[in-house]
Amino acid sequence: MSIARQLVRGLRNLLRRKYADEDIADEVDSFFAEAKAGFEARGLTAHDAARAARIRVGSTTALREQVRSYGWENLVSGMLQEMRYTLRRLRATPGFTLVSIGTLALGLGATTAIFSVINGVLLKPLPYAHPEQLVSLWMTAPGVKIEDLNMGPSVYFTMADDSRAFQAVSIWTSGTTSITGNGQPEQVSAIFASHELLPILGVKPQLGRLFTAADDDPKGTRTVMLSDGYWRSHFGGDHSVLGRRLLIEGNPVSIIGLLPPSFQFMDQKADLLIPLRFDPAKTNLGVFSYLGVGRLKPGVTLKQADADLARMLPLVLQRFPPPAGYTVKMFEDARIAPNFRLLKDDLVGDIGNMLWVLMATVGIVLLIACANVANLLLVRAETRQQELAIRAALGAAWTRIARELLFESVTLGLVGGVVGLGLSWTALKLLLASDLVRLPRAHNIHIDAWVLLFAMATSITVSVLFGLIPVARYGKPHIADALRGGGRPMSPSRDRHRVRSLLVVVQVALALILLVTSGLMIRTFRNLHDVDPGFTNPAQIQTVRIAIPDEQVKEPERVMRMEQAMLAKISAINGVRSASITSSVTMGGYEANDPVYAEDKSYREGTLAPLRRFKWIAPGYFKTMGQRMLAGRDLTWAEIDNQRPLALVSENTAREMWGSPQAAIGKRIRVNLKDDWCEVIGVVSDEHTDGVDKKAPTIVYWPLFQKKFEAAPVNVQRSVAFVIRTPRAGSLSFRDELRNAIWSIDANLPLANVETVEALYNRSLARTSFTLIMLAIAGGMALLLGIVGIYGVISYSVSQRTREIGIRLALGAPIAQVTTAFVRSGLILSAIGCACGLVAALVLAPLMRSLLFSVSPSDPLTYVAMAVALIFAAALASYLPARRATKIDPVEALRAE
Amino acid sequence: MNNTNTDVIQGTLDMLILKTLSLEPMHGFGIARRIEQITQNVFKVNAGSLLTALQRLERNGWLDSEWRVTENSRRAKIYRLTTAGRKQLQSEAADWQRRSDAISRLLKAQA
Repeated sequence: MSIARQLVRGLRNLLRRKYADEDIADEVDSFFAEAKAGFEARGLTAHDAARAARIRVGSTTALREQVRSYGWENLVSGMLQEMRYTLRRLRATPGFTLVSIGTLALGLGATTAIFSVINGVLLKPLPYAHPEQLVSLWMTAPGVKIEDLNMGPSVYFTMADDSRAFQAVSIWTSGTTSITGNGQPEQVSAIFASHELLPILGVKPQLGRLFTAADDDPKGTRTVMLSDGYWRSHFGGDHSVLGRRLLIEGNPVSIIGLLPPSFQFMDQKADLLIPLRFDPAKTNLGVFSYLGVGRLKPGVTLKQADADLARMLPLVLQRFPPPAGYTVKMFEDARIAPNFRLLKDDLVGDIGNMLWVLMATVGIVLLIACANVANLLLVRAETRQQELAIRAALGAAWTRIARELLFESVTLGLVGGVVGLGLSWTALKLLLASDLVRLPRAHNIHIDAWVLLFAMATSITVSVLFGLIPVARYGKPHIADALRGGGRPMSPSRDRHRVRSLLVVVQVALALILLVTSGLMIRTFRNLHDVDPGFTNPAQIQTVRIAIPDEQVKEPERVMRMEQAMLAKISAINGVRSASITSSVTMGGYEANDPVYAEDKSYREGTLAPLRRFKWIAPGYFKTMGQRMLAGRDLTWAEIDNQRPLALVSENTAREMWGSPQAAIGKRIRVNLKDDWCEVIGVVSDEHTDGVDKKAPTIVYWPLFQKKFEAAPVNVQRSVAFVIRTPRAGSLSFRDELRNAIWSIDANLPLANVETVEALYNRSLARTSFTLIMLAIAGGMALLLGIVGIYGVISYSVSQRTREIGIRLALGAPIAQVTTAFVRSGLILSAIGCACGLVAALVLAPLMRSLLFSVSPSDPLTYVAMAVALIFAAALASYLPARRATKIDPVEALRAE
Repeated sequence: MNNTNTDVIQGTLDMLILKTLSLEPMHGFGIARRIEQITQNVFKVNAGSLLTALQRLERNGWLDSEWRVTENSRRAKIYRLTTAGRKQLQSEAADWQRRSDAISRLLKAQA
């Protein structure tokens, strides 16, 4: 009822003010006329009646205004009017307006961009029902120094049968597989998982059925589910696809279902979902090389889940036999323990630290930008001081003046926020399109409602923040002072400058923090570049990976021959300097770990020797990569052909086991009690195969073709990478020739990982490069804004003191003295700012410790260099305006006033 | 003019207007005159307060208004009590009665 009427009437008045005003005026006139008629009726003359009525009614104008001021719409129209006024004033000073909006847009845009990354990567929950119940089943084995132990089938089977904490668990891994029979062989990505995976995630197929336990049966028919993308690109979205067959690694596999288009799991690119078919009867305690995921029962905590597995681990050791050559005691000594974490934490990893550092960084940039705008607003308010004082003297409430000043800053903030939103949208597009950094959950990064809310809240908060500074200073003008000044500045009071100087000090301090952090990142980057990664000139090393499946070529001997033949073809390509074969390229993954026993060392009965990283290589690998041979010699093809029991080790392996590279030569090692002893024939320089910033692992290099190794009679590497050193690496023509060379031996082999080692190297540096770039941009912006701040303060104080300078010059003060005075005041401000910034940086820099590489967060060189650079820049920024003071003509300066 | 206070008691103007209009629909000046007549000039109604109050009461849905030509052929905005207004008057009147009784009792109290 009345609320509706309030709204309708208010809106009507708002939209048709004139009509409403006329109505009120009519009523007031009629009131007056009635009053007058009343007096006339009492016998007064028309003239006297009008007089009496005027006394009775009062001023009709005032009456109209009084009646008109009733209603909420007046508040709104007041606001609108103020907004129009504000916009007009801002338009009148386009320079100020553009600079402030631009500054704010940069600050707000950067903050919004980083927030949308944080929102998408860290804050949004996983897209599954009850994501807090989803757990990554990691374990740990302190006894063999494995921090993160993967999942093995023995643990999976035990958990599936006996777990009390989980609703279900699944074991999975991801990788590539090949599809043949449809023209060119095709390498596709796949998730291999036990049947519980989709039910655990709560994913329903868009077509067909889910996997059941029968699909995991190694004796059952082979089945597969297709991703939506693969189905559309390869089957044109044909619904009759169910029941059709694919040839996967030579086996016919029937399609039983389609994954929904939204299916996402652990950022894995997956064309296919294939059941992992473990046979419980053939499972042993080995092969901890899978991943596990489980859904907790409602209300169960991670701790309880850990305890649940801890209870089951002894059962695992009872139920499954150790692999050949191992004893149960070895597994007991490994002290395997649960190390479960939430699926989301596992997916996001340690990127959070970097993102929060970036957030803090852009936050600081935003603060500096605000300080700059506050400074501009102060100048602006100062020039309006007289106007404000006059209005205050005429009776304007100070709240009204304060509101007006705030209105201006909020308008600037909001416009800046909108422009910033546009900037961040562009920046995000660029960031996601570039391969600058691999962000987990990158597909989740959007400008969504939360981001918009954040952007708006930040805009308003900061604009009120910097808007309050001029309000506090000028909102309540000291009327007498301001009016007496008559617009002509007396010598500027200390007080007037204090706020602006304080702002500059804050800016310089904040800028120094950013400069120090980017300095530390530069040092980190340099240190990483100085690390010898285990290869030279990586832009000239091409890699390509193939896998020869069991079903295609059964005999190991033939596999070896084929690989050799391909290498020969590749080596013959024009421009190839050298080429070789390896099981895993440096920084390219595909690694294995196992214990290595030395003949000259004694091991306690049944204990496990330390684990080493294993790689299998062909002759010429080290030469191709550029690894130095520190002692001994390389393998020969004759030795490989004869399956000679030989090995090479990395320098750190040699030093750890025998003290020096030379001492390692001639020593004999083996992996398994049933193996032959293998003689160490060479020691090569270390390779940082886990990434430049990681410690180089201790590596043992085995010949590509072996016998009696790890309890197998013959051992050959079916999945191998060719490494090729050539100036043509990375070129399209070379890729084509490479493919032809390989397909001339077997046209059914898909090629994978066709890339240069440089790409691998850059990927390993990606996070550091990204952080460096972001921090450098932020630091540069901070420096620029800080310098503009100093410049502004000094040049303003020069312009305010023109008359004083004129007098001093006229009285014969030396020009240099005048300049120095200004430069000194600029330097004092920046020195104070630097001092505060150094302290703040010392406190804050340790927060980014995990991003640094062999540089201390309190690295003195960085701190001193950045402080000096900043002071130098500040000196320049104050010298330029100070020089203007010297150009002042005393006569003109005095006349101008 | 004597010194007697003729201000309308704070918060009662609405009730006075509603009561007056409950007798018959009339225009603003009519309301003022009627209040003064009935209260025998104890209360003098200020024009501004009256017209603003009329705006407010109308917005609240207690009055309706309409421009009409009066018997002496002048145009005037005539206000009329609505059903809601009648209810409001009852509750305000009852409230006022209760409070003024209380005050009278207090003032009449003897030691």
